[in-house]
Amino acid sequence: MNEMLHEVTLTVNGVRRTASVPARRLLSDFLRHDLTLTGTHVGCEHGVCGACTVLVGDEPVRSCLMFAVSAQGLEVTTVEGLGLRPDARDCATGQSMNPVQQAFTECHGLQCGFCTPGLLTTVTAYLDDHLDPTSDEAREAISGNLCRCTGYQNIVKSVLRAAEIKAERRAPDAAEPGEPHPGPVAAEGVPS
Amino acid sequence: MSTRLFGAPIKRKEDPRLVTGGGRYLDDLGHGALAAAFVRSPHAHARVVDIDADDAFELDGVLGIYAHDDLPGKVGEPLPLLIPHPALTHGRTGYALARDEVNHVGEPVVMVVATDRYVAEDACQRIRVRYEPLPVVVGIETARDGAARVHSDVPGNVAAHLTQVVGDVDAALASAPHTLTLELDIERSASTPLEGRGVYARWDDERDELRMYSSTQTSTGVRAAVAAKLDLPLAKVECIAPDVGGGFGVKIMHPWPEEVLVPWAARRLGHPVKWTEDRREHFVAAAHERGQLHTVTVGFDDDGHLLGLDVKFWHDNGAYTPYGIIVPIITSTQLLGPYKPGAYRVKFWSLYTNTVLVTPYRGAGRPQGCFAMERTMDAIADRLGLDRAEVRARNFILPSEMPYDHGLLFQDGRPLRYDSGDFPATLSKLKALVGWDDFATERAAATAQGRKIGLGIGCYVEGTGVGPYEGSHVQVETSGRVNVSIGLTSQGQGHETVFAQIVADELGVRMEDVFVTTGDTRKMGYAVGTFASRAAVMSGSAVALAARQVRAKALRIAADALEVSADDLEIVDGTVQVKGAPSASMTLGTVSVLSNPLRYAFDEAAQAATQFAGTFDPDRPPVAAGDEPGLEGKDFYSPTQATFANGMHAAIVETDPVTAEIRILRYCVVHDCGPMINPLIVEGQVHGGVAQGVGGALYERMVYDESGQLLNASFMDFLMPYASEVPTIETDHLETPSPLNPLGIKGAGEAGCIPVSAVIASAIEDAEGFAITRMPISPSELWGLRRRYAAGEITPLRRASPRSEPADRAEEPTP
Amino acid sequence: MKPAPFEYHAPRSVEEAVAVLAEVGHDGKVLAGGQSLIPILNMRLASPGHLIDINHVTGLDDIEITSDSVRVGALVRHSGLERSDSTHAALPLLRQAVVNVAHPAIRNRGTTVGSIAHADAAGEMPAVLALCDGTVEVVGPHGIREVGWQHFFLGALETVLAPDELAVATRFNRMPPGTGTAFAESARRSGDYALAGVAVRVTVSDGVVSAAAASFVSVTDVPSVLDLTPALGGRELADAGFGSALDQAAEAVREHVAPETDIHASADYRRMLVAELTRRALPIAISRSNAAFVHESAVATVSSRTNAAFEGLGGGRR
Repeated sequence: MNEMLHEVTLTVNGVRRTASVPARRLLSDFLRHDLTLTGTHVGCEHGVCGACTVLVGDEPVRSCLMFAVSAQGLEVTTVEGLGLRPDARDCATGQSMNPVQQAFTECHGLQCGFCTPGLLTTVTAYLDDHLDPTSDEAREAISGNLCRCTGYQNIVKSVLRAAEIKAERRAPDAAEPGEPHPGPVAAEGVPS
Repeated sequence: MSTRLFGAPIKRKEDPRLVTGGGRYLDDLGHGALAAAFVRSPHAHARVVDIDADDAFELDGVLGIYAHDDLPGKVGEPLPLLIPHPALTHGRTGYALARDEVNHVGEPVVMVVATDRYVAEDACQRIRVRYEPLPVVVGIETARDGAARVHSDVPGNVAAHLTQVVGDVDAALASAPHTLTLELDIERSASTPLEGRGVYARWDDERDELRMYSSTQTSTGVRAAVAAKLDLPLAKVECIAPDVGGGFGVKIMHPWPEEVLVPWAARRLGHPVKWTEDRREHFVAAAHERGQLHTVTVGFDDDGHLLGLDVKFWHDNGAYTPYGIIVPIITSTQLLGPYKPGAYRVKFWSLYTNTVLVTPYRGAGRPQGCFAMERTMDAIADRLGLDRAEVRARNFILPSEMPYDHGLLFQDGRPLRYDSGDFPATLSKLKALVGWDDFATERAAATAQGRKIGLGIGCYVEGTGVGPYEGSHVQVETSGRVNVSIGLTSQGQGHETVFAQIVADELGVRMEDVFVTTGDTRKMGYAVGTFASRAAVMSGSAVALAARQVRAKALRIAADALEVSADDLEIVDGTVQVKGAPSASMTLGTVSVLSNPLRYAFDEAAQAATQFAGTFDPDRPPVAAGDEPGLEGKDFYSPTQATFANGMHAAIVETDPVTAEIRILRYCVVHDCGPMINPLIVEGQVHGGVAQGVGGALYERMVYDESGQLLNASFMDFLMPYASEVPTIETDHLETPSPLNPLGIKGAGEAGCIPVSAVIASAIEDAEGFAITRMPISPSELWGLRRRYAAGEITPLRRASPRSEPADRAEEPTP
Repeated sequence: MKPAPFEYHAPRSVEEAVAVLAEVGHDGKVLAGGQSLIPILNMRLASPGHLIDINHVTGLDDIEITSDSVRVGALVRHSGLERSDSTHAALPLLRQAVVNVAHPAIRNRGTTVGSIAHADAAGEMPAVLALCDGTVEVVGPHGIREVGWQHFFLGALETVLAPDELAVATRFNRMPPGTGTAFAESARRSGDYALAGVAVRVTVSDGVVSAAAASFVSVTDVPSVLDLTPALGGRELADAGFGSALDQAAEAVREHVAPETDIHASADYRRMLVAELTRRALPIAISRSNAAFVHESAVATVSSRTNAAFEGLGGGRR
């Protein structure tokens, strides 16, 4: 019995990607194993933990609760693509980070890092719609993602800090979108 | 001098990689590997009668299907009992694949290897296993009753029984002015890291070598166990822990059946094989902890001083005891917390049940012990009408009494001897932080609004940094890059950062030049593992010692080259220079060049280091007797005993007068783990621990039915807290150094979770006016207790009588 | 946890979808948002031979608002319903309820019609459909039919939908003038299925309640509407006795529901909880009916609540 394969083409992090997969291939597995974008993590495969959250269009979606075939023709952003967004800047160690990624590194918003990609995508989308959240709103915004390490305290801080960084990068004197920012990107390994 | 990095809130070196999708966790490796999946027992206790895999073999993509009969030699023998103990008279372990009998739902029976996980699961579904069900033992009461047995040759289901006694408890209780007896229970929970377990193995046919990766807390342990099981020379097995998505204890167990089977299959099939545990498997096939029933009898005087403490408890160890009886031993010793118990007797029975096996979960028996002790302290205060903090303070071991020997044996088989700590200072910081003395006013205001609030407290002492040893290797390359290897693994504790901080300080180099490798047996073959809050103490000390060796060697070589005394040199930002005359200097990279006389020149640095370069002396060998080439050092730290951290937590909790919903209004932590290497990371550890503690207090439990089915084996029903369930955590610190290790540090990893159930119970009890003796507690259960209280079935706390009348409508029993 | 193989169909029209459904019969499952279905498939609790993915069917993603009703197409995501301001203006209960459905990432994919067709007793939207006296629009081989909510739900996870039928829309009827609504539920964690939940509507004219009703989540096996007019009808909001009217309403709820015990809560607890949630939700609904004044005896308990399940009152879910 050979399972029928479907040619699935979608745009991932701005690049058109195609692979032939069975209809039952979960989008999470498609990204991780067919496209080898392993930044998206799988924590429960029943939609509760949020580690596999990616952006479909602009919206956070659980990639374990979607079949790759259903994503035919859609635009998907994974954690690997966040650094390609216009408000991303190069950090001291060379990686390009959007404000949310930057904030998580500044605020110790992660420990083991397994749930982190799902939080980064979720918060990135959230801050597009909520420029200046309160602490309670930040907490609410991350309440669909499980983290077993941090107790969420520093993730809440990271959301608030990300909003600040986003505002800084939006400021009129900031560099043009897409241009690496030479500015005050704190170096890793320096007392904060 | 550059700023000291020890103690600074340095941002983590790991993070730029991890936030950009650059982490490499187990399932991110081995693209193209075959996938393993398991047929697991659906029965809690049964004989395996027959296995029919014919249908499964017909599937395209299935490469191997294995049952116990297929396992050769040691692979088919029982798994090792890792930590034997004289009291563990009836230790039992399972097989990698069940032989004749299964003892819990989830036990592996058949392994399938296929082209991908989807097909492997298809095959599992087609395999028919016939079972003959046997009587099931679930729950401590049933196990204790002993009518049915988990293992037919273990009477009473008792795996172990241990008693420790200090003083004459019976006499102390008989003469005590007051005695109380309490029954105190904690239910099962589990570590539940976001990443499950996983194993990936590659067999190199040309070299007859095994390379394996495991999402483990001990790569050296896995390596040795797998080499033994597969009958391979240790030199032919390497094990690497890649990025690990959380552990919290469950990944210290080894070898898991899958850690033996996956490498075995990779070798047999001549193709890499990978197994990634899924969430459902993790619930039924990894490990749980916490389930214990306790009976505490305490004798005390009119002032609340403890005179005698008699503790009996029953520990649910699940189906097997591969990790020995570490958890109940810890409960039995760490229960004492910061107190002098008077005469003390503790007895425990470790019991088999037909449930998932039990191995340490963050806190490892301490949350249960703390719950027992702290509930007892509250009960004494209530009996005597004393302030709860005051009763605790009256029983504290004082700083002047340190080191304090309890006269008991700890988990490491060494004396339970506290090295340092200032418990009165910790308590007064906590009282200030939570506003202990002002709470009566706060409560009065709430009561006037018809609200119910309560204040709770819990204190603990935690033995951290147990031996036997950890080691470190530090090496400076000619570029100035510093490579640090430690043997133990990291699951998110920031080891790449904190150990780099220590090395940067000790060696005088820049943080960004230090690169730490963890958990790779190719780099460091001798190590124990990451557990018992030991990484900072053990590896931190080893790293400091190894870095000091490198520093000494660097100074010696540079002194020679610069023709000055080593005493006149310092190292600043990676450059060795003469104190007060920094122009006379050389970089550590250059020192590294000088340390290694080469035969071949392949770049400029190498050219400078050839045996013909520099101070060529025909009368001396290029490498002096007793010296070694290279600027590197290796050292081990091995302490005589654990070092004891402590902490105290307080919480203010509100319970809805009608619906009994429970909300934590404030949560305060004062924590003393000695000098903090990185306060950012210590706080993060405390936060995470408290959140797990909140889970254990209000949300998480393993619900087994009578037939041994785990009813909530999913994240839908095992209620790990989201951000919405975890309160804001307020922290303060004390830094009482340990006299035991070169940096004075104590462990911090587990502390946060230890007292939380005790604290929350204390606060709910304070709000409700009746005793809380079993955790976790849900609103439904609290409401049930209220109804029993209203019906007069539960006696009120003495201090509570007029204040805490249940609200009108809550009193009405429903029809 | 990987789904078993299935044959995938991606029809482009309702007719095509229905034709496929007719062909595969009981061996087919409709995939819309998949947020309830895919977990079941991943756990292999179900292994249908055919999956009919209606995400490419045109014409199913509209919300149509008329003077009488809000019609929600089968591909309208929960989040679409939540964000639609015109929908909120027409029938506020929809947003009040839908924000309680799981978490935003689930709502971005899950559909309201799918949730109703799934007929989970713990689902919020079936209860809302009932309280709005709504209907489900069903297309089968013989054309279109509209099924009233009372006839649609047969039991937990069971509806009248035949294997060859597709629910293409649901119609929620708008409330009469002077009606306020509220939705309240209590879950163990944010986003979890509720231990109990309630949707209420109260119609007020000239400071007097003229009609009131409630429907329930997790405490009845199929959606059911309880008329609370006997308890509240004719009662003046400004009357000191209004609090006791609320108590009567809560008592009626207590008698009406039939909750079950599970690992998260006892049946008795849920019964108490849903009665109390109703008692707390009613004054909120009344306050939204444009009624000026509710006697303080009625709202006293609201200030003491600790759960944050009330949308629209600071501490709500949004």
